[in-house]
Amino acid sequence: MSFIDIHGLKKSFGPVTVVHDFHLAVERGEFVSFLGPSGCGKTTILRMIAGFETATAGSIAIDGKQVAHLPPAKRDVGMVFQAYALFPNMTVAQNIAFGLRVAKKSAAEIRTRVGEMLDLIKLPDLGDRYPYQLSGGQQQRVALARAIAVKPQVLLLDEPLSALDAKIRVSLREEIRALQKDLGITTIFVTHDQEEALSMSDRIVVLNEGRAEQVGSPFEVYNFPRTRFVASFVGTLNLMTAVVVDAAAGRLTLDGRDVATAKPIVGRRAGDTVTVALRPEAVNLGDGTARSDTLPGVVEDVAFLGAVVRIRVRLDAQTVTLDTFNQPSVALPKQGEAVKLTFAREDLLVLDGDA
Amino acid sequence: MKKSTFGPWLAMILGAAYFLIPLIGTLEFSMRMKRGEYSFEAYKVVLGDPRFQESFSYSVVLALVTIAIGVLLVVPTAYWVQLRLPKLRPVVEFVTLLPLVIPAIVIVFGYLRMYNSQSWLPLTDSRRGTDLLLAFGYVTLALPYMYRSVDTGLRAIDVRTLTEAAESLGAGWATILFKVIFPNIRSAILSGAFLTFAIVIGEFTFAALLDRPAFGPYLQLVGANRAYEPAALAIIAFVVTWACMGLIQVFGAARGTGSKS
Repeated sequence: MSFIDIHGLKKSFGPVTVVHDFHLAVERGEFVSFLGPSGCGKTTILRMIAGFETATAGSIAIDGKQVAHLPPAKRDVGMVFQAYALFPNMTVAQNIAFGLRVAKKSAAEIRTRVGEMLDLIKLPDLGDRYPYQLSGGQQQRVALARAIAVKPQVLLLDEPLSALDAKIRVSLREEIRALQKDLGITTIFVTHDQEEALSMSDRIVVLNEGRAEQVGSPFEVYNFPRTRFVASFVGTLNLMTAVVVDAAAGRLTLDGRDVATAKPIVGRRAGDTVTVALRPEAVNLGDGTARSDTLPGVVEDVAFLGAVVRIRVRLDAQTVTLDTFNQPSVALPKQGEAVKLTFAREDLLVLDGDA
Repeated sequence: MKKSTFGPWLAMILGAAYFLIPLIGTLEFSMRMKRGEYSFEAYKVVLGDPRFQESFSYSVVLALVTIAIGVLLVVPTAYWVQLRLPKLRPVVEFVTLLPLVIPAIVIVFGYLRMYNSQSWLPLTDSRRGTDLLLAFGYVTLALPYMYRSVDTGLRAIDVRTLTEAAESLGAGWATILFKVIFPNIRSAILSGAFLTFAIVIGEFTFAALLDRPAFGPYLQLVGANRAYEPAALAIIAFVVTWACMGLIQVFGAARGTGSKS
């Protein structure tokens, strides 16, 4: 049995269902991210785990104990909010001590634990400050310390980095991940930022319209998106339509040219129109090898992005974008120039669903 | 082209004169008790009158009781409406505004009818009971001001998130209310409290009809029988009210600087 077991979770607000039949098993010590656009239901699921929303149907078990009927205070779950939610009337130390005071720990124990937490978040000298005297990043670190001071079984992070500027976001996400690994605390992280999810998580749950579209490691989700939504939401992707020629052999035609995938195309027959996906970094200029396919095209646009150069190539009816590293010694193709695109068969993905 | 400031200045002078001339007149008159010289004799007489001390103390105590009941009634209500029942807000706002549209005399006659010695809850049978009834009446009278003040304070903080943060740390409702919500709307509660104080100190109708020895009926009594003392009393009442307004400004300003993030 998994540490967190969510089964058949559903949430409706009046006639509108925002979470449909959601299942998830999270192992002890795992870092799982809920990734999706606004309104996809990720925060609602998190709030149901925390106890702030009541599930319309389904069950939530933490360490084998059903918690769906328990109030938030009884779930042993720590939560960090996007808006920090530090108590403005309390100092940093009092904020961190709040949960320990509620749990009626001794004064000595509280003092020791608060000191540990301040060291952990690298703010040992700011215990006497009030929240309004701290920067956003410092406030969020205090919120994190407050949540973990009571040693909860599960840590829930509701877009904790969204209100911070880009530079602090990157450093804080590294700190959060390092802290989570150190403490071994089971964590669920909600974000709409794919880079955060990819860089921090053991597993990602990609959500769309209240449904889990794909659950997998960052590597799986990025490299092998199962649906058109996952493919388009996670990273940049070329989405094209192709026609199946031989499903068992993985052969298709794309803009009238023969291409192939490394695996058989499951659930499709010859003549079916499918959506295929190619990452821009998986496409190269030049001739391919025996295990790759080549398509001719004309350069439409060359965009210089610094370390990367993004080139848009028109095939017959569709366009493909490819990314190549900027190498000053290698000349870039010119607009209107005829080129050949090549990609490994392993990189051509046939997505689930209709084209 | 330079704009003329004559119009605004004229409006300001007229406005100031409208408010200040009666005040200065009252002050001047209150100081003419001794013939041929200005003195604070009327104030000495008023402040030395045991009935003044009794009625003022009575009203102060009643104001404090009213504030305590009002805060305990309004804060949890406004908090609950904001957190769980936002759709009920217009209804609650309407109810809190009723004391402004229903005359005090109607309310107090209602009380006398409901709680007289023949009723199922004969509060007017005893002095303490009547005092309590008067305090309840004052809570009603101050409701529009206390509710608005507290509601404004609650809107200035993120009630939902603070509540959820406290809940996730294991806190129950009492802890959340008294350790998190009350301290963070303290200045709003104080604003409401000072307004309530100012209302209770000068209130006449409830106290007179319930026959309680409050400051309002004393003001009326002195005003009907003496010459200079009523003017001194009016100035004293004015100072008390203005002191309350000043304190509201002080705490309001403190709230403004404290909410920076």
